[in-house]
Amino acid sequence: MTCKKCKSEPVFTLISGEKFCKYCFSHYFEKKVRKTMRQYELIEKGDRIAVALSGGKDSSVLLSILAGIWKERKDFDLFAILVDEGIKGYRPLTQKFAQNLCKKLGVKLYIISFKKELGYTLDEMVKKLNKGPCTICGTFRRYLLNTEARKLKANKIAFGHNADDEAQSIVMNLFRSNNAAAARLGVINGIKRDARFIPRIKPLYYLLEKETTAYAYLNGLIGDFKECPYTSLAYRGQVRDMLNTFENNHPGTKAGILSAFIETLPILKEHYKKGKEIAFCSKCNEPTSGEECMACRLLDELKKK
Amino acid sequence: MKVYIEQTGKNVSVKAPSVGALLKKLNINPVTVLVVKNGTLVTEDSKLSEKDKIKILSVVSGG
Repeated sequence: MTCKKCKSEPVFTLISGEKFCKYCFSHYFEKKVRKTMRQYELIEKGDRIAVALSGGKDSSVLLSILAGIWKERKDFDLFAILVDEGIKGYRPLTQKFAQNLCKKLGVKLYIISFKKELGYTLDEMVKKLNKGPCTICGTFRRYLLNTEARKLKANKIAFGHNADDEAQSIVMNLFRSNNAAAARLGVINGIKRDARFIPRIKPLYYLLEKETTAYAYLNGLIGDFKECPYTSLAYRGQVRDMLNTFENNHPGTKAGILSAFIETLPILKEHYKKGKEIAFCSKCNEPTSGEECMACRLLDELKKK
Repeated sequence: MKVYIEQTGKNVSVKAPSVGALLKKLNINPVTVLVVKNGTLVTEDSKLSEKDKIKILSVVSGG
């Protein structure tokens, strides 16, 4: 079997059975990202896009492709934000990779650190708080990305979430009967718009994790480092393994989940839009679902310890 | 042939006629990995010989 397009040696097989060589696969991948961007008008003239860059494969692939489009169009601004959580032995390596990538692509990189902004590294927080490291990290990462992007006048934040991430979130919300959380998913996150909450866009939405990894591998976008030492995927890991088993036995399962979800998402968003207005934290004035945001509550807890 | 499995960090010695057969023998779900043969990414129907050096890369990320 040869590449569907150019008949050279194939390196990747799509779910459809079509095979692509290195060049044709990269072309297919980029074309699919551009299609998603066009379909959902993810980047418009005059936009100022902040890419949430971790140095991992997904965000590196995203930045690389967006930088290519940016150089062609020139009608929007692009920069990257990296959150340094302060994870010894892990973050310095990924940060170096991200810095080199931004330099190569000619993209300005802003680095914000937990220590500088919040007073503690994630390593210190984990020792003080009786909460899972991913909960603490996720709360403060979202908080800092939103505040920093706003400070830098970004009107959208681009995330490297792929089809696998989204399919897992959809199924997790379904299993937990959490339609309110499901309503916030989609190619463009969120339900209601407010100037204080920067919309999050996901240009890799329809690309599978295997496809994203192959693109990263073929285009030198995988760094030589292990995954985050705090990684724990208790519930998501089970859903991920289940979906991967289904995908192997029934190819197209993940695409089917996304397709069915996207069809019902406008109804979900409309339904939850009718609820209460976006609330803002009584302490920091950032968007929250309650009286005080999770970031402020965690910071209070930290100060008491 | 020598096979390096990234997820476990282990090297194993296995005989298999193709990438697909190798993954089956190692009980690895093809959806979760990429296979590199002598430094090049290959598809599941790629033929294998005893001299090949294989790397099985995990595609599932941390979280």
